[in-house]
Amino acid sequence: MASTDTDLAPILDTFERRPETLISLLQAVQGRLGYLPPEVLGTVARHARVPRSRVYGVASFYSQFRFNPVGRHRVAVCRGTACHVRGARLILEELERSLGIKEGQTTEDMEYSLETVACIGCCGLSPCISVGDEVSAKLTAKKVRKLFKNAQRSAHK
Amino acid sequence: MTDKPPGTKYPETKILSRNFGVPESWTLKVARERGAYANLEKALREMTPDQVIDEMKKSRLRGRGGAGFPTGVKWGFVPKDSDKPVYICCNADESEPGTFKDRYLMELDPHLVLEGCLIAAYAVSAERIWIYVRGEYPGSIARLEQAIEEATAANVLGDKILGTDFSCDCVVHSGAGAYVCGEETGLLESLEGKRGHPRIKPPFPAVEGAFGCPTVINNVETLSHVPWIVEHGGQAFADQGIGPDPDDPKSMGSSGTKLMGVSGQVKHPGVWEFEFGITVRELIYDYAGGPLDGRKIKAVIPGGVSMPVLLDEELDVKMGFDDLVKAESGLGTACAIVMDDSVDMVEACENIAHFFADESCGQCTPCREGCHWIEKIFRRINAGEGTEADLDLLEHLFPQIEGRTICALAEAAVWPVRSILVKFRHEFEAKLVKTPVGAS
Ligand SMILES: Cc1cc2nc3c(=O)[nH]c(=O)nc-3n(C[C@H](O)[C@H](O)[C@H](O)COP(=O)(O)O)c2cc1C
Ligand code: SF4
Ligand code: FES
Repeated sequence: MASTDTDLAPILDTFERRPETLISLLQAVQGRLGYLPPEVLGTVARHARVPRSRVYGVASFYSQFRFNPVGRHRVAVCRGTACHVRGARLILEELERSLGIKEGQTTEDMEYSLETVACIGCCGLSPCISVGDEVSAKLTAKKVRKLFKNAQRSAHK
Repeated sequence: MTDKPPGTKYPETKILSRNFGVPESWTLKVARERGAYANLEKALREMTPDQVIDEMKKSRLRGRGGAGFPTGVKWGFVPKDSDKPVYICCNADESEPGTFKDRYLMELDPHLVLEGCLIAAYAVSAERIWIYVRGEYPGSIARLEQAIEEATAANVLGDKILGTDFSCDCVVHSGAGAYVCGEETGLLESLEGKRGHPRIKPPFPAVEGAFGCPTVINNVETLSHVPWIVEHGGQAFADQGIGPDPDDPKSMGSSGTKLMGVSGQVKHPGVWEFEFGITVRELIYDYAGGPLDGRKIKAVIPGGVSMPVLLDEELDVKMGFDDLVKAESGLGTACAIVMDDSVDMVEACENIAHFFADESCGQCTPCREGCHWIEKIFRRINAGEGTEADLDLLEHLFPQIEGRTICALAEAAVWPVRSILVKFRHEFEAKLVKTPVGAS
């Protein structure tokens, strides 16, 4: 398990042991592990000197934090209103077909996850999606098929 | 205000956007060649903090984050003799659907943003600047961090700035995905490492903000206006845009320039800078290229998704704070979303309602429950299962949500959808379950 206290120590030690570092701490830990396994919440709590309940409360409040592993490539479809009126739903449907998974799922080989998010701030280029930190803009169903041509997978149970 | 000769377009202005498109505009070298930090130096060497605040008041600059509060007045609220440290907080949480203006400033002119923050810090004797950037903007975060590093090395940021007694540092804080953290007190809670639950006001942040210390919170664009105002004086800024209504003593007008965006169903979405005075129609037709081929504009939300919609025949109103309020809408973030006649307005309502229901922080019952009720009712109507009673229920719900909550998210959730229900009621009625003939 990558989530023992010793494994995380080098990351934790870059943060001061104060409650206000909690969100940055969680971001750093998730950056390393890809998600927040339940057992690390206690480690983070001890480091930031706050109760475990507060760590859980904060982690569950912000949409960035996840408690389950996700695919190596996180595909996020913008469902903001500017993208909605430019056909975001068709883009999502095409992605579901191309990746062979539904919104909220991860492919069995852990390559891709598919989710919807609120606006990603590229509304002038709608409809758009992000794959990791990269944004693909002005999408059409055809462009989606091309982008994910080799990605046909089966849904992760 | 700029007069528009007949047959010409309302002109663009390049004040905030003067460095957009300049190669490497985000580097200190290029920024300094183009004048960056000269106005910080002017403020530090030639002006007292109170003189800076006076110029800000004269400029009648109103906050660009949505609420339009006069910036100079806000700075004046900070206690002069505080025994606690004072902070500046730059609100870069830009998360409202359809809004993408602050991102241009941070990515293309991070030194302008920093210079504005620093002059603000000098004016209120702040020792630290926080820039709270939404986590979904890694590009903005990287540019700002690079700018901070370069500015510190050049001594325009940090200890004894430019050899004066003024010291101030700057920290970028990455948000973690919560629209409500754009609300200024939600932002403060988040900065303190907590859930972003907005606080009850008063106390206002200028008196009790981050970590209990006086804090000025301003939007990225608001702060980016400050260097120009220091350079040219508050009056020169106030002379631009729309003056106060002489018949209304409370009117503040809309002075200066503004970044305005258009997205949705237009030919050329984008962001431009104008002196206030351009109409919504000019913005959409002359700059964004008008509706897509063969389509007609059905509805426009002039700012983000939190303002009431305007119909095509209502677009001759000016993009201004008071003007749009008079038209029963609002400037909001000044980034308009255009919907054409292919849009199903009930589906648009469900989309908007889903956003707010998802983002409600849950502290206030009217917002937490109300936003979800609204969403569920729209979903029911879209599924063909709605009845006339659902429309009545919506009308009954709206006033029970509006004005009864800690922050303005709940109002933002009501305003656009209520206006759509009023202006497009027939579309909702067309989707209701048909009552069988003879049923009572
Ligand atoms: C739900 C909600 C979200 C907000 N989001 C933002 C935002 O992303 N950026 C911003 O500058 N202001 C936002 N505001 C407005 C801030 O509360 C605040 O008025 C503003 O940051 C003050 O700066 P200004 O006077 O320079 O506009 C939001 C307000 C509410 C109620
Ligand atoms: S109005 Fe909504 S978002 Fe704002 S504090 Fe209340 S519950 Fe939270
Ligand atoms: S609405 Fe999709 S990027 Fe803003």
